[in-house]
Amino acid sequence: MRVWKFGDNIDTDAIIPGRFLIYNDPKELALHAFEGTRDEFAKKVSPGDIIVGGKNFGCGSSREHAPLAIIGSGVKYVIAESFARIFYRNSINTGLLPLVCTDASTIPDGAQLQLQLENNRFIVEGNNYRTEPVPDFLRTISEAGGLVPYARKLERVI
Amino acid sequence: MGRTIVEKIFSSHIGGDVHAGDVVMAPVDRVMIHDITGPLAIEKFHEMGAIKVFAKDRVVMLFDHQVPADSIPAATNQKNMRKFALEQGILNYDIREGVCHQVLVEKGFARPGEIIIGADSHTCMYGACGSFATGIGSTDMGFALKFGALYFRVPETIKIQGEGKFPDRVTPKDLILSIIGEIGADGATYKAVEFTGVAFSDMDMSGRMTCCNMAIEMGAKSGIVPPDSTTWRYIKERKPDIKEFSLSSDDDGIFCNSIEFDVSTLEPKVAVPHNVDNVVPVSKVAGTPVDQVFIGSCTNGRFEDFREAIEVLGNNSFSDKVRVIIIPSSKEEYLKTLRAGYIEKFVLAGALVEAPCCGPCMGGAFGLLAPGETSLSTSNRNFKGRQGSTEAMVYLCSASTAAASAIKGEITDPREI
Repeated sequence: MRVWKFGDNIDTDAIIPGRFLIYNDPKELALHAFEGTRDEFAKKVSPGDIIVGGKNFGCGSSREHAPLAIIGSGVKYVIAESFARIFYRNSINTGLLPLVCTDASTIPDGAQLQLQLENNRFIVEGNNYRTEPVPDFLRTISEAGGLVPYARKLERVI
Repeated sequence: MGRTIVEKIFSSHIGGDVHAGDVVMAPVDRVMIHDITGPLAIEKFHEMGAIKVFAKDRVVMLFDHQVPADSIPAATNQKNMRKFALEQGILNYDIREGVCHQVLVEKGFARPGEIIIGADSHTCMYGACGSFATGIGSTDMGFALKFGALYFRVPETIKIQGEGKFPDRVTPKDLILSIIGEIGADGATYKAVEFTGVAFSDMDMSGRMTCCNMAIEMGAKSGIVPPDSTTWRYIKERKPDIKEFSLSSDDDGIFCNSIEFDVSTLEPKVAVPHNVDNVVPVSKVAGTPVDQVFIGSCTNGRFEDFREAIEVLGNNSFSDKVRVIIIPSSKEEYLKTLRAGYIEKFVLAGALVEAPCCGPCMGGAFGLLAPGETSLSTSNRNFKGRQGSTEAMVYLCSASTAAASAIKGEITDPREI
């Protein structure tokens, strides 16, 4: 799993610029993921690659097109020092797993990363890293595959 | 145990005593969708097996980001949303009214003590009306459209105490930029921000909206001003039958942080590229040439903002070197500005005045920037590429600073005009 490393405060405009929000299909959005910020991403990303960010990853707008553009690229996990609230929740809802790792900034771009989700850890170039567990109520949604499959089973909630 | 205003709002909706950190399924009083996030929300609503929305009179739809439709995919999104509104019997203002947040507030759809969600991050603006309001994504919105409720983690609250009186040509925008500069782009993540003190109780509704609108720019879940006589007067002008009640944090309510700001010593501020918390006094970047000035958006596109700009403009004209784009945030604000004679003054001074919409704010429609260009904008985000090219620069400021800079063709302290 190749690491695509990004810095702090990667906003949703960087993930998917506003002019592409006319599209709703993850594959179409993926063609423009990080356009203008890191053009090689959309061209070279492979299914299974992992995005690693710094602090406040996904800050800015509520556009769900941001996690969808990442999912459309074949990326299933984003690891960051911290996440912006709406992006974090949108990711869980759409099936992209956001993992908090306070040491994420030490992970180099292009590194190979082995994820061991069951142990809340991963290995990069022989070094062990820990991820914080996803909060319980969000894990239920995540394990269902996102909010859509979770909600399909429900008749009412209040 | 005392409670904050936000804990009280959640407690009243749940019918129990809830505190910060609790995860609750809370009923929502109103939901809002627009042309960008709405199509996905409707898709998710259907994927969840839903047929009818939870309550057709609690859903508000409108189009504001790309209006009139500027591409065939945008037109198709809007066409599909119109069809959904008709099928469901929900209110759709379509392209007629303006920017979602301004429209919801001025139509009386945000009231003290309510929980309101919108599929747009600046939904937190309704906190100016004493509502708990927060922005969510499309899948959460699909869920809320189906069930009329949503999961929330009840947030801790940061108290911002504003004291003193604003000096001339220093505005609520300068205050909120200062607050964001101090707290940082992620300093309020997951938290609510309560704005209290004389600076806020003296502030008009427009200024309160500006401050609450930008709570998200420090990561906050919501911003809120405790409802007072100013709030109730505004609400009653729109909903005459509403019954007034008191709603505020208890004296022994627990705040995770409390920060004081003295506005009497505040200077005009600018957020410099490419983060909203990169805040400096205007004087530090004065003289920077600008190619475009945008006065508008849900943050600062109200009559009060245009009045500020007109006061600065006086008998001057805008510089020929600058493209000045002025966009009232709603039909109501447009008409007030028009009737005051300001639109004519703006046009004669060299500005382009557009019909109510988001305009260049999101960089999805018109008014885009070329590589190397600089924009000064009264909107809420200066992210790289936000208003066009990723090689363009966006500075954020008040309407006064924008007008002063548009006259000079370079970033200018409004106190110098």
